[in-house]
Amino acid sequence: MAPSSSLHRFANPARFLRLAAVVQPWAAGLTIAALIAGLYLGLIASPGDYQQGETVRIMYIHVPSAWMALFCYTNMALASAVALIWRHPLADVIAKATAPIGACFTFLALVTGSLWGKPMWGTWWVWDARLTSVLILFFLYLGYMALYNAFDDATRGARAAAVLALVGVVNVPIIKFSVDWWNTLHQPASVVKLDGPAIHPSMLWPLLLMALAFTTYYVWVLLLRVRAELIGRRVRAIRLRQTQVR
Amino acid sequence: MDRVTEYLAMGGYAGFIWPAYGLAAVVLAVLFVASRRRLTAAAAELAAVEAVERSPSGEA
Amino acid sequence: MKRKHKRLTFVGLGLLLLGAAAALVLTAFEDSIVFFFSPTEVLAKQGELTPQRRLRIGGLVEEGSVAKADGGAVTTFRITDLTAVVPVVFRGILPDLFREGQGVVAEGTWQNGVFQATEVLAKHDENYMPPEVAEALKKSGQWQQTGAPKEAKP
Repeated sequence: MAPSSSLHRFANPARFLRLAAVVQPWAAGLTIAALIAGLYLGLIASPGDYQQGETVRIMYIHVPSAWMALFCYTNMALASAVALIWRHPLADVIAKATAPIGACFTFLALVTGSLWGKPMWGTWWVWDARLTSVLILFFLYLGYMALYNAFDDATRGARAAAVLALVGVVNVPIIKFSVDWWNTLHQPASVVKLDGPAIHPSMLWPLLLMALAFTTYYVWVLLLRVRAELIGRRVRAIRLRQTQVR
Repeated sequence: MDRVTEYLAMGGYAGFIWPAYGLAAVVLAVLFVASRRRLTAAAAELAAVEAVERSPSGEA
Repeated sequence: MKRKHKRLTFVGLGLLLLGAAAALVLTAFEDSIVFFFSPTEVLAKQGELTPQRRLRIGGLVEEGSVAKADGGAVTTFRITDLTAVVPVVFRGILPDLFREGQGVVAEGTWQNGVFQATEVLAKHDENYMPPEVAEALKKSGQWQQTGAPKEAKP
């Protein structure tokens, strides 16, 4: 491993920890501010929908959760690729720390979607392409976490889990485009579409603020988990040395 | 008072909207607290092993 | 350096193959991934539909087609994709979003030219706006019928 390579500059835990110390308070502050603003607009200041009435408020939780579910998975797969190809230790830690956060967001997207689907569609669940592919995403997260810890040798576990994360990445475009490729009960995208969002500004603002809050929440919790993991690895290294000395 | 009850009823959809928000709050809060506990626990462990390292006998 | 490149090519090729395989599988199973058929598709394959075969039809509830029978317990309506029309009979509770001109997906069986639905689900579109805005759009004539499922578009 060449320490001179530019990628490995960030692999240096000391450098990363210094960066984390700067970023973390900003992430924390932004999360709280965006959450307060988003909840105020979403629950109090915004109107009901012309068709769906008050249930549209579930969107402010459901849609950001679903975005984060995909965003976290993409990050996890990218970090896994970097860890596999360049044997980058920090990338491995980031992938590992992202998995439980992504799993939580996917779980929230599934359950809040169900709570929205029952009153509006008339069903808690259907096996259409969108819902099924998101359920598979949830299982991919769980599989990744299980596989990571399934080996006695931590490096082998990390490698197997990284391969699974990369295999599962085919599911990401399938989720995104499922509503365009096939007939689904789930409606097509409202915000990310070529001719501009189909959401009135009074509803778009709370949605975007909640999405910002969820993104910075991810950064915040990710930093906590990465720091914990780095310290944990140092503890294991010191313990190993101590047993060898004795 | 009536306005508060009316607001909480959410046009008859209270049983769907509030659980969605409540669950999100619980899941995100639990994940956050668990992640921070992990960090404090790891930091305490590191302090302990480093103390062993520094002590001349090498035993805690 | 050499091994790094090897691993990069390996991962890249693996992902490409995986993507190709996924595309093939998804195309092959298209008929079972599709959640519903449009009235046009259903009428076209009428011949192969036995009264036992369960399927779903999706489209818009035709304006003015909803009628109640049997003291309100039975609802009859027509589903259209703006090309073809299918008559539907349903006994049960309709979802809150069920209304004329809105998207709907009905599950049931095809019985001699009438679709006997056992379940009716409402499909909503991707537009979100306050009622006043919808009202204003309708008044100014800028309202577009967007509730139509995508196969209804030309």
